[in-house]
Amino acid sequence: MTGYSHIGTERPRPEAADKVGGKALYVSDISRPGMLHGKIKFSDHAHARIKSIDTTAALALPGVRVVITADDVPELRYGFMRDNVALKSGKVRQFRDEVAAVAAVSPEVAQQAVDLIQVDYEPLPGVFSVDEALEDGAPLVHTEDARGRPVRSNTMPLKCVHHSGDMTAAREASAFVSEGEYSVPRIQQACLGTAGCIAEFDLKGNLTVTAKTQIPFLAQRDFTSALTALGLEGRNARVVVPAVGGAFGSGLDTHGYEYIAILLAWKTGKPVKIQYTRTEEFSYLSPRQSAQFMIRQGCDEEGKLTFREIEVTQDNGAYGSWGATYPNVMLVAATSLYRVPVVSFDSTIVYTNNTYCQAMRGYGNPEVTWAIESSLDDLAEKAGIDPYEMRLINANEPGDLTPMGLDLKTCGLAECLETTAERLNWASNRGNGQKRRGVGMASFMNVGGGGKIYRSDGSGIILKLDDFGNVNVSYGGVEMGQGLHSALSLMVAESLGVHPESVFINQTDTATSPWDVGTHASRGAFMAGNAAIGAATKLRERIFAAAEDVYPAEVERNLTRLGEATGPDEYDFRSVSRDQFDLKDGWLIVPDAPDRPWLRVELGRLLRAIHFSEEGGKGTTFTEESFYEPPTDLPDWAKGYGNMSANYSFGVQGVEVEVDTDTGEVTILRLVAVTDIGRVLSLQALKGQMYGGIVQGVGYALYEEIKTEKGRILNPGFVDYKLPTAADVDFPIELEFVETNDPTGPFGAKGAGEPGIVPTAPAIANAVYDAVGVRIRDLPMTPEKVLTALQGQDI
Amino acid sequence: MTLELSFELNGFLMDVDVEPHLRLLDLLRSVLGETGTKEACGEGECGACTVLVDGKTVNSCLFPVGELGGTAVTTIEGLAVNGDLSSLQQAFVDKGGAQCGFCTPGMVMSAVALLAENPHPSEAEIRSALIGNLCRCTGYVQIVESIQQAARTGVVPGR
Repeated sequence: MTGYSHIGTERPRPEAADKVGGKALYVSDISRPGMLHGKIKFSDHAHARIKSIDTTAALALPGVRVVITADDVPELRYGFMRDNVALKSGKVRQFRDEVAAVAAVSPEVAQQAVDLIQVDYEPLPGVFSVDEALEDGAPLVHTEDARGRPVRSNTMPLKCVHHSGDMTAAREASAFVSEGEYSVPRIQQACLGTAGCIAEFDLKGNLTVTAKTQIPFLAQRDFTSALTALGLEGRNARVVVPAVGGAFGSGLDTHGYEYIAILLAWKTGKPVKIQYTRTEEFSYLSPRQSAQFMIRQGCDEEGKLTFREIEVTQDNGAYGSWGATYPNVMLVAATSLYRVPVVSFDSTIVYTNNTYCQAMRGYGNPEVTWAIESSLDDLAEKAGIDPYEMRLINANEPGDLTPMGLDLKTCGLAECLETTAERLNWASNRGNGQKRRGVGMASFMNVGGGGKIYRSDGSGIILKLDDFGNVNVSYGGVEMGQGLHSALSLMVAESLGVHPESVFINQTDTATSPWDVGTHASRGAFMAGNAAIGAATKLRERIFAAAEDVYPAEVERNLTRLGEATGPDEYDFRSVSRDQFDLKDGWLIVPDAPDRPWLRVELGRLLRAIHFSEEGGKGTTFTEESFYEPPTDLPDWAKGYGNMSANYSFGVQGVEVEVDTDTGEVTILRLVAVTDIGRVLSLQALKGQMYGGIVQGVGYALYEEIKTEKGRILNPGFVDYKLPTAADVDFPIELEFVETNDPTGPFGAKGAGEPGIVPTAPAIANAVYDAVGVRIRDLPMTPEKVLTALQGQDI
Repeated sequence: MTLELSFELNGFLMDVDVEPHLRLLDLLRSVLGETGTKEACGEGECGACTVLVDGKTVNSCLFPVGELGGTAVTTIEGLAVNGDLSSLQQAFVDKGGAQCGFCTPGMVMSAVALLAENPHPSEAEIRSALIGNLCRCTGYVQIVESIQQAARTGVVPGR
């Protein structure tokens, strides 16, 4: 029993009715009077010099308002390394490069015009893999950096390393060592709602962008820079976020198409919408990064980990996005998943002429967990220890300070392991001789209390009470399907003392919401909840103080209305002080007083009485802001040290699989996920996050891969890029939550957005190994790969 | 040459004069402003644009308006009556069947057709009926549970 009224309940999402009724408005549904449609001419080469661009025929097409190239507009530079520009001049470095754009009366006319643009190129040799990019004398993707300084290699200037302890001694002290190379492919976020935006200017040069973004305020900063470049310094850039048709990390950066919509709107004076088609989404939005790992882990005779060594290389593609900083997040599990005293982590991120990559759910953690958890089973086998026992022996414990300096105030990993093993009947199902079936498990840890990668990891919130007891919430984070609004409405209701039905969450808008760093790193509910508790606390104090004056009169009104009279033995309601009040489900109550209907005052009536006070100058309204900055450190990436999150979620997934030794097909029979999420906030949304993350993890494990040839994406659609269907994932998924009640969490909660996807692939791989004795080290585990591995051995 | 045609949309007769090659999806979204039906792939692979034509599911991104004359079309906007969600829609609300919500209108329409034909489907039958509707958020579990709840409580025919 938690004693909470709303936290932990299955209450539906506040926005669900509009979504199931077709009333929720996404960018694709919104149009503005006079709106034009923009389309982009993308590069025809992965690497080429642009010799000339002829837009004559495009401009002559009826319905076309403007055609722009880099020659027609100021340069808009973007990307966290400032290495990208909205429209390319001189050179293209990937097929995603934007060389021209059109605004026209319809998307069809705009596309026709784009097709009429003639670009003359001089093709250049390109680099399409890490190995090619790092060869001596390899063609350089960038020959100078954003400041014009010469660049001499394709290695990106990003340092993220960690070396702790005496590696030589640790290796020598190890009884067993496992070593292996593991890799993961590029995959697509594959949001059902494709990318798009509407940009419009007012006549004073103020800009509004209706954006599909996870970072309204960082986007505002980026768009403000764009305004400056357009000569509109000091004008306002406003970012409005409508319903978001899924994001999964794809909204963590501002995109070329957004700057191009701004340029087209600026040139035409009209609102301009750019809406990607599915083919454009696959070809010209950025996928999750591929990665290759070399990992070594060692243990002593008892199975205690002695060291872990990881080298990761990533093919970043042609420009830097936040996706290039996956190693920063990999550090968490690399240094701190299980107690491991000596850790070495090195990362190399290289530019290639492939499409540049960006963030996706888990942000490096599923990648590194694939290597760690696969390798751990390998090590367990070498040591002759059951992989479950191996994990239990090394499980982190509450109070641990890890080699990275992560402060594990709470940690339910051991309980998650025990529960998973019990649910999977581990002892009887493991290695039971039925060669086609097997069980496997994998653990994870993930940031659960924000993830500090900017100077501020904070979030503000405004709670505004109206005269009717309703609360309007302005929060700068983004609801993109994950259930932020579910959790936030419950937390506002609980912390303030109103009913969730009285909580109304405003559209996210930089003009009205306080600053927030963005909705990523599983931080939304954690940050919003802590901020909401801060604002609710202030509101309650002010309400109770003001109630001292009006409460007696309101009780008298109640008595009159109810036709009641109080006797001499009754409660003295005329001298109730502020610290005696409480607010519960929208009623002002006095918990110490007898339970009488006249002693309760409905919140709206109380607020009106205060607002319209008859005593001159005493009236007031109730709006409070709170800004929450979690107690975390911005890590020193060159040392790989710093407590980047206020808490850490832990968990284990266990699976039972069946492997068809004729076809190599892996069938999941059941999946158990036991997760330490601190505290369940919105049970329905939490389950949705877990189920959805797990099924994305199954796609990552078994089917999904962006295939490219010389930088061109070969499978830009759902026909050739397989997403799991309802029939594919027909196995039972059993969820269990361990509530460790973290002191930093709102109501004890840790972030829960990413964990689902993190350990799924290695859990499946470990089960496949248990079933048929082959270890797949390269995702996805397609039937072809499994069959090839099976054919290489005698079973 | 435009095409004059009459059809029923969510119970109301419509006369429209449109380009014959227009997709039903564009007629709904761009011409009639009914944006509840979503476009997510435009090639019949994802099911987000699913509507009912004479009670049968079609991908409206592949359906030419030339074939529309005399038919009855039901879209997501046609399910709620006087602002009250249908029992199936309410089940999606109650059981968390919608996350980002972009696949939801198509998903609900496929479920309407399934339950009309088979009011008490097994889980396998539900999953099979949804094979043409992709969802990236939910992992399908709560969608299946939504449809199971609707089947238990009974769905009003035609809604």
